[in-house]
Amino acid sequence: MKILVCISKTPDTTAKIAFTDNNTKFAADGVQWIINPYDEWYALVRALELKEKDASTVLHLINVGGADAEPVIRKALALGGDEAIRVNSDSRDSFTIASQIATHAKSVGYDLILTGKETIDYNGSSIGGMVAELLDMPYISLATKLELSGTTATVTREIEGGEEIAEVSLPLVVACQKGMAEARIPNMRGIMAARTKQLKVIEPVAVEALTSISSFGLPPAKAGVKMIPAEQAEELVRLLHEEARAI
Amino acid sequence: MSVLIYIDHADNQVKKSSLEALSYGSDLAKQLGTEADALILGTVEDDLALLGKYGVRNVYQVSNPQLNQLDAQVFTAVIADAISKTGADTIVFSGNATGKAVAPRLSARLKAGLVTGAVALPDTANGFTVKKTVFSGKAFAFVQLLSPIKIISVNPNSYSVKEGSGSAEISSLDITVPAPKVKVTATNKVSGSVPLGEAEIVVSGGRGLKGPENWGMIEELAGLLGAATACSRPVADSHWRPHHEHVGQTGLAIAPNLYIAVGISGAIQHLAGVNRSKVIVVINKDPEAPFFKQADYGIVGDAFEVMPKVIDAVKKLKGK
Repeated sequence: MKILVCISKTPDTTAKIAFTDNNTKFAADGVQWIINPYDEWYALVRALELKEKDASTVLHLINVGGADAEPVIRKALALGGDEAIRVNSDSRDSFTIASQIATHAKSVGYDLILTGKETIDYNGSSIGGMVAELLDMPYISLATKLELSGTTATVTREIEGGEEIAEVSLPLVVACQKGMAEARIPNMRGIMAARTKQLKVIEPVAVEALTSISSFGLPPAKAGVKMIPAEQAEELVRLLHEEARAI
Repeated sequence: MSVLIYIDHADNQVKKSSLEALSYGSDLAKQLGTEADALILGTVEDDLALLGKYGVRNVYQVSNPQLNQLDAQVFTAVIADAISKTGADTIVFSGNATGKAVAPRLSARLKAGLVTGAVALPDTANGFTVKKTVFSGKAFAFVQLLSPIKIISVNPNSYSVKEGSGSAEISSLDITVPAPKVKVTATNKVSGSVPLGEAEIVVSGGRGLKGPENWGMIEELAGLLGAATACSRPVADSHWRPHHEHVGQTGLAIAPNLYIAVGISGAIQHLAGVNRSKVIVVINKDPEAPFFKQADYGIVGDAFEVMPKVIDAVKKLKGK
């Protein structure tokens, strides 16, 4: 069994969001970078659990990013995985990134490719589906559970108002979210081992981008809160009905 | 040259999020000086001609019942075929669970630029640029689509449904449906409750409620308002409430008309999941809770004293 987990580098969940260069670039100064939580807590940890059940499993991590992504890739390797591949590209176009992952995946032939359901910076929710299409594999998005039995996967995915359970034969691409696994903290042994694990850097293939970000903006600030004394809580209902027309 | 809107359905009915996509797609067609058509895969009991009320000229249907269950790979092949048959060059999805599964595949298949999480109509004066949310709702980006075919996935609850009059022409598309690789074995729906992602009103509880046994008042208020219930991450992590109720940066991001947060302090990760709500009410006993800065209405007080008063007032309002 060969598993590939896609890892993205994102700002910390508490990072201040601001933009520079006439609102065309994310203000990265002083920002703490982390593994995208969906990639780490759910995709990577579930892959590690599968590897723990079957020691013959080969687990690779892939990142499409610049050299500045390497500390985050090492952090992922500290949690586990046999080796990592970094495709040396700064592209922010989902199709370009997915094409790099698909090109590498084709050369190795993975049975299972896991991604997070989205990154917490660009919120594209696109990479998994695009990789699956480029590799002509089935795809399950918003997955909350994944069990393997031989070459058959049983996957639970979120739908509006509930969940759906499906059986799919490998190879398969799955986008993971909450429920898939519990977050782990790397231990000292893992951190030490990660230093010597292979981090291969490969050059990107030429792909024409389908999108480009022209600029960023911040939502307008709230006008301010209207406070209602606790002893007149019923006044809230009147305001919501007559003023906000929300109920 | 036309706009094609993908219509999603469940339990034999067209989803509300698809009506938003229809309104978005029809308005976009007007802006581009072209026509809007709809595409539905599978079968529903709804009268599809009525989708004309939302401004579409034709409803194309591939009525193979196999398409009542999602296999993103199969759907992508069928939709791609429908696009070439209808000559559409702008495709609109709702960014719901089906849209998230299918739109990226279609983008890769057709080499068509995709923007997900769209919150407004594109700016087509100079190129084709779509406003979308990024950084989990903390910012937005203007994304330019560079390809001849363009795909837009619209954030649920961010474009109002506009209902007019009119009737759409229904025509059946003759498309070969490939055999599915995904076999759906079970569907579990929480019956009777409002799906969180589609809810107009959400009542949400946090750690301030002290324990799962105190959720009665959240459920009672939600029941009176026809609202969905939600919770903060610590509540889901402590298993007081099921994980699917968790809203926030690592849970579900929602954008209801009204979000009522009870006993939630408003950590930045929680705000990221709810800050697109139109009206936010915060009830918290800590006057320093950061959530008050993001709220429209606030009450500093003990939830156990405030909530019964609010519930009584809603009962009076609703005549119950």
